Amino acid sequence: MKCHVQTQVNGEAVEFLCDPTATLLEVLRDTLGLRGSKEGCGTGDCGACSVEVDGALACSCLILAPEVEGRQVSTIEGVASPEALHPIQNHLLKSAGLQCGVCTPGIVVAAKHLLEQNPNPSEEAVRYFLAGNLCRCTGYDKIIRAVLDAAAEMRGEAA
Amino acid sequence: MEGFAYEAPTSVAALRSCLSTAQGAGEMTQILAGGTDLLVQMKQGNRAPRRIIDIKRIAETGALELSGAELTVGASVPAAKVKGFPLVAEAFPGLAHAIDLIGSSQIQGRASLGGNLCNASPAGDTIPALIANGFEAHILTAEGERRLPVEAFVVGVGKNALQPGEVLLALKAPAPAPRSGDAYQRFTPRTEMDIAVVGVGARITVDEAGVITAARIALGAVAPQAFLAEAAGAALVGTRGEPEALEAAAAAAMEAARPISDKRGSADFRRRICGVLVKRVVAEALGRCQGETN
Repeated sequence: MKCHVQTQVNGEAVEFLCDPTATLLEVLRDTLGLRGSKEGCGTGDCGACSVEVDGALACSCLILAPEVEGRQVSTIEGVASPEALHPIQNHLLKSAGLQCGVCTPGIVVAAKHLLEQNPNPSEEAVRYFLAGNLCRCTGYDKIIRAVLDAAAEMRGEAA
Repeated sequence: MEGFAYEAPTSVAALRSCLSTAQGAGEMTQILAGGTDLLVQMKQGNRAPRRIIDIKRIAETGALELSGAELTVGASVPAAKVKGFPLVAEAFPGLAHAIDLIGSSQIQGRASLGGNLCNASPAGDTIPALIANGFEAHILTAEGERRLPVEAFVVGVGKNALQPGEVLLALKAPAPAPRSGDAYQRFTPRTEMDIAVVGVGARITVDEAGVITAARIALGAVAPQAFLAEAAGAALVGTRGEPEALEAAAAAAMEAARPISDKRGSADFRRRICGVLVKRVVAEALGRCQGETN
């Protein structure tokens, strides 16, 4: 039997029908057409599918779609405004903090979550917080620098 | 994943009725909290329930409060929320640290302490910290509710004491006594996203003169399930945690450990590290007691 789910995605009311076995990631990508969240591993190890559910950071590949009934889901598609990229996105571009880009949406979602909790994290704190976001291209250093620079800019300091 | 029905009861009464229907139908029922282990097991075909009961919409499993003299952590509360709860960080810093060692930020945003306990991995990081702090499992039964100390809840590798039709609702612990402190440390080859080779939790209480009046030391990953090393705690009571007392506690813990050899460490290595960690964890917990005395 299909599940009828009513929820909010990036602040907009959304409803969909899904099989109970569908993951949130599958519904976001295949039903709702929000393909920013990526499936890397499908087992919660790589972080490429990171989203927030009621403000909690999570891997959407490890959430059943019916679980988000009545919740607030935030994805990478809700990060930039129509006018401008988010400072984290700008600094990833500026620092060349991506190559193939598959991990990037998850990194932006996770880093944004971190900076909302802690506007002034140490380099070590950023590295630990993003330990669940795997990147096979960059070697991480440019990503960490981009997040620290974005944090400085968001605090109003020159980056 | 194989097909299953999904239900999300919103009260304990509704949960009971879901459970009795499922039992009557003889269907393999699986309780879902954070799902960070369960969904992986289902995707890999290691578990194929026909009915999933999501307990996250029940007030009792979502409770997180220190009321009166008792801390309640509902079985489905995400780890990140428990870790970030100011009263946990203040009164149970060892438990908060154990939670912080689990998986990634994303996993902690979803995974629950109840799930970590029900999975009953020998290496589960929160289990020694829960045991050391005297947590009890509050279990919904067909007729009512029963309680089990956490050390009696884990009964083997991946095995817990729940009977068919029973559900873990919450974990509860007494608020710490004055002049007491807890700590948890583990050994892993890397600092994050790893599984304990050995984990040790402790809760120590001292009197006004600094003499240890109570000590609970729990060991993880050195036996089929995490357990309370009573002799190790007893070796500390009546001492001030002098070096000889720490050595005696470490020796008792090493004696109680029954580790296996696997790719992450040999039995001998695990036993020795267990002794080292007992000394470090007791010293850390003692430091926290003395912090409260000042």
